[in-house]
Amino acid sequence: MSPDFPWLTTLIAWPVLGALVLWFAPRALRPRARVVALGVALVELVLLGLALTAFDTADAGTVQLTETHRWIPAIGASYAVGVDGVGLALIAMSVLLVPLVVLAAWREQGSGTTTSDALRHYLALALVLEAFIVAVFAARDVFLFYVLFEAMLIPVYFMIGGYGGAERRYAAVKFLLYSLAGGLIMLVGVIALYLQGPRGEDGFLTEKLTGLDLPTGTERWLFVAFFIAFAIKAPMFPVHTWLPDAAEQAPAGTSTLLVGVLDKVGTFGMLTLCLPLFPQASRWAAPVVIVLAVVSILYGALLAIGQKDLMRLIAYTSVSHFGFIVLGIFAFTSTSVAGSSFYMVNHGLSTGALFLIAGFLVARRGSQQIDAFGGLQKVVPVLAGLFLVAGLSALSLPGLSTFVSEFMVIVGTFARHPAAAVVATLGVVLAAIYVLWTYQRIFTGPPREEVAGFRDVTATERWAVAPLVAAMLVLGFVPGPALDLVRPPASVTLDVVGVQDVPAAALEGSDQ
Amino acid sequence: MSFTAPEIAWGALSPVVIVLVAGIVGVLVEAFVPDRARRAAQLVLAFGAPVGAIVAVAALWDGVSSSGGTDVLDGSLLVDGPTLVIQGVIAVLTLLALLVVADRTATGEDAFAPTAASIPGSDYEELARRKGLTQTEVYPLLLLATGGMMILPATGDLLTLFVALEVLSLPLYLLTGMARRRRLLSQEAALKYFLLGAFASALLIFGVALVYGYSGTLRYSEIAAATGTPSALDPLLLVGAVLLLVGLLFKVGAVPFHSWTPDAYQGAPTPITGFMAACTKVAAFGALLRVYYTIFPGLQWDLDVFLWTVAIATMVVGTVVALVQTDIKRLLAYSSIAHAGFILTGVVALDEAGISAVLFYLLVYGVATVGAFGVVWLVRERTVPQASTDVAADELAEAGDEDLRTSVLGEATHLSQWAGLGRTHPALAGAFALFLLSFAGIPLTAGFIGKFAVFSAAVDGGAWPLALVGVLSSAAAAFFYVRIIVLMYFTPAPGRDDAAVEPSDEDAAPVVESRASDENAAPGEDVALAGADGSSAVATLVAAPTATTTTTVVPSEGLAAVAIAVAAVLTVVLGVFPTPVLDLISDVARFLP
Repeated sequence: MSPDFPWLTTLIAWPVLGALVLWFAPRALRPRARVVALGVALVELVLLGLALTAFDTADAGTVQLTETHRWIPAIGASYAVGVDGVGLALIAMSVLLVPLVVLAAWREQGSGTTTSDALRHYLALALVLEAFIVAVFAARDVFLFYVLFEAMLIPVYFMIGGYGGAERRYAAVKFLLYSLAGGLIMLVGVIALYLQGPRGEDGFLTEKLTGLDLPTGTERWLFVAFFIAFAIKAPMFPVHTWLPDAAEQAPAGTSTLLVGVLDKVGTFGMLTLCLPLFPQASRWAAPVVIVLAVVSILYGALLAIGQKDLMRLIAYTSVSHFGFIVLGIFAFTSTSVAGSSFYMVNHGLSTGALFLIAGFLVARRGSQQIDAFGGLQKVVPVLAGLFLVAGLSALSLPGLSTFVSEFMVIVGTFARHPAAAVVATLGVVLAAIYVLWTYQRIFTGPPREEVAGFRDVTATERWAVAPLVAAMLVLGFVPGPALDLVRPPASVTLDVVGVQDVPAAALEGSDQ
Repeated sequence: MSFTAPEIAWGALSPVVIVLVAGIVGVLVEAFVPDRARRAAQLVLAFGAPVGAIVAVAALWDGVSSSGGTDVLDGSLLVDGPTLVIQGVIAVLTLLALLVVADRTATGEDAFAPTAASIPGSDYEELARRKGLTQTEVYPLLLLATGGMMILPATGDLLTLFVALEVLSLPLYLLTGMARRRRLLSQEAALKYFLLGAFASALLIFGVALVYGYSGTLRYSEIAAATGTPSALDPLLLVGAVLLLVGLLFKVGAVPFHSWTPDAYQGAPTPITGFMAACTKVAAFGALLRVYYTIFPGLQWDLDVFLWTVAIATMVVGTVVALVQTDIKRLLAYSSIAHAGFILTGVVALDEAGISAVLFYLLVYGVATVGAFGVVWLVRERTVPQASTDVAADELAEAGDEDLRTSVLGEATHLSQWAGLGRTHPALAGAFALFLLSFAGIPLTAGFIGKFAVFSAAVDGGAWPLALVGVLSSAAAAFFYVRIIVLMYFTPAPGRDDAAVEPSDEDAAPVVESRASDENAAPGEDVALAGADGSSAVATLVAAPTATTTTTVVPSEGLAAVAIAVAAVLTVVLGVFPTPVLDLISDVARFLP
């Protein structure tokens, strides 16, 4: 496929178009909203496939499929999109997740046969969110990135606040205010960064702002302004508290997109904005960030063990996993950075699967409390098996894709910060506890009365989860192609940051 | 002694002249046109004047942008780029606001008292109401105020400044007191506004006197020249300058000169609130910019302390007090105070980027404000017979005229009454949510571009602490804007069965359970709002409610809906593609010396 075709713009515009159709559809089409939404999401997947063929994998370290147009020259903003390997991998992961969320929402928000208005709006919001996600991973203009970073809060806010559990309003407002506060602090940074740069009509382009010779103090302040926003988004200890609330209250599909995809914008921002724009400040801050990351790993895992609510538990496991991702990024070795990039993709698949399957369980039982379940293995064996696979991916079992990335992060980090790597490894042990213990409480033992007669996995549900499990297995056994996407950008990032790579010796054999 | 008549460049004055002449003709129409044709004649004049002013501004544009502007009336008025931008913005906003002012409900009720001179609650008032009298003086008053607003930012000497300020203020005092409902509240608001306004005018004229005492001239350019040389009279100048600024800061509603704002905004007829919230602020900020940029650049270091303090106080107080408001009009009033603070951060930047940033901000703020008050005007209380508390909103359209006249009451201004509006009236609530998001400065709305522009001008001008305070109060302000969205979309309307609104929607058991408990147990801050005064002011007086009321959207002649739609479209378009307007403004954003 021609790399000159505006693939990214197409990928951004198509879901928006789909959402508009859903919102303004003639009445006759409304009952078919689910089919329309699924169709839009699947066509997006096909478009993504075409875009992948246009992307030159051999050159994954450079930004490709670029488009640059003047947008608001008066303030220096351009519409500039383009992806390197990492951006493309994350876009691919997001575009894969959306149709699955649409499928899952069929049961979650609907009554089976008719499509209510509420579901139609929900699906339209999901499609709008998809467009924002693709755009934010592709943005090559700091202003554009900021605009999307903030604007995509709105659909998520409505998806939590309009469709979630009893405390959904509280959760939605908390989510929005945390994110807005972080974003507005970043706004000051964005403005100050532009004024430090060359200015002009396209002064916000990332490439124009990279490699500036900033005064040390200014650079550090700017780094902090950006980093706070990303740390809230990611979320890292100690600004993670909105996530468990949001995940507990949001419908499972929303949580899938929120935790699986949206929060990646935080770590993606650290990787593609904080590091290249503020290299010296990044090196300056790395020790503190690494400590916070390790604390996140252990704290998230420990709290996950203590949770009674299934959705909160998954949210805390994510806090732990985001700790790994941040650790890898700030360890500054090519192995750890590549591992973090790959981890972002895998975590989306793994957490997405966990949230969706947990959503199926909750829909059957009518409760999110882990205590409310028991002995489900005998009642719904297939669902139990799927949950186990998703759970094992969360604890990074070899053979699943998460193992590869987690191993890369730990090995890469060990080369530079052995102590941090050793402590982080404890997180893996704790993961085994929270996953297996949860499995034990929900699925083993004698079936409780309330769970008797539950239906095993339905065809729709099967289709919603199967692609994720397949992807995790494929990437677990054959990670090569995916690693080809994330390795070159990692080297480029390290060059920009200006640190010497520390090779991780044992790694090359372990990928297989 | 010979008298030389000043040469008058009528062409350059045309936007102002068109509006003022239309206002005066409007007064004559009141006297000579028969009753039945009066409203039509007034509407033609009222809508024609701003349209004419826009055309005149457009015609003057090219000349001014190439020459930099001219002075008119021997320097009393300066027609330069900022003047034209502000006159254009005021004309556009007036046009939008007029749509709301001129709108009537399906039963022919406008927002104004049948005869404003009648005593509230008297038989005479009741008679006038039944006869269907209307007070068409509203339109000429509004045009005269608009004329004053268009002169204010163009003034070239301090006396003209004072006169323009009075010309814009006096009609507004009157209009504030003319509300159809809650007339005592309205009249009280008018009196407060008048007294405090007179006080501010006195301060301003005192400032003028002191500055004159220092410099011996009223002309801006000559004062600016005089401030260049240090002299023993410096304290006189400084006090005079501060008093002058206070007079203008009063009009923009900056803290600590803001205390009239919430009362006047709440008491005034809602369409007038929208008009004065948008247009007065534009005009006064235009004058403030000119005074600060052309008269006192030499005093920048001294005045900065004062203006920084005011800006920070305005942002913080506006935001914090808005957090605890329960009346939608008061909330919007405090939000407008906070916005005055944001705009001030752009004013103190003191560079060209600052001027165009402030002008753009004024436009987007004004558009969203007119739209928001338009929505407030349409959302009404309606009495419900005790027997059936869950009347569907659609029934309203089918109800007879007489039924409407008696059952539809004043605006439902208590926040709790807005619960569930997003479900019953998605389009209207959607537009209101859009305006709120724009106020909050969420990207892809016009408000974000405006905020970005003023903050970036402030940071560039070295005022980054102001930008930081602005950003932090924006974050806090987001809370109360979002709270209204929560109310409209996520909170079921009181007395309305939520499950009925979303039928067959939840087979997932936890959701059903939670919704139910949500309604009964009612935790959270939203429901705490539903105080005893949830329904208020039934008759023309502030009286106790006689029946249960529900919230509805009144069917109207559709003019307000047009204004809201235009404002919503502008808010989105200026948020996504602001380039043409930004370029247009920044091309001419230079003051004549």
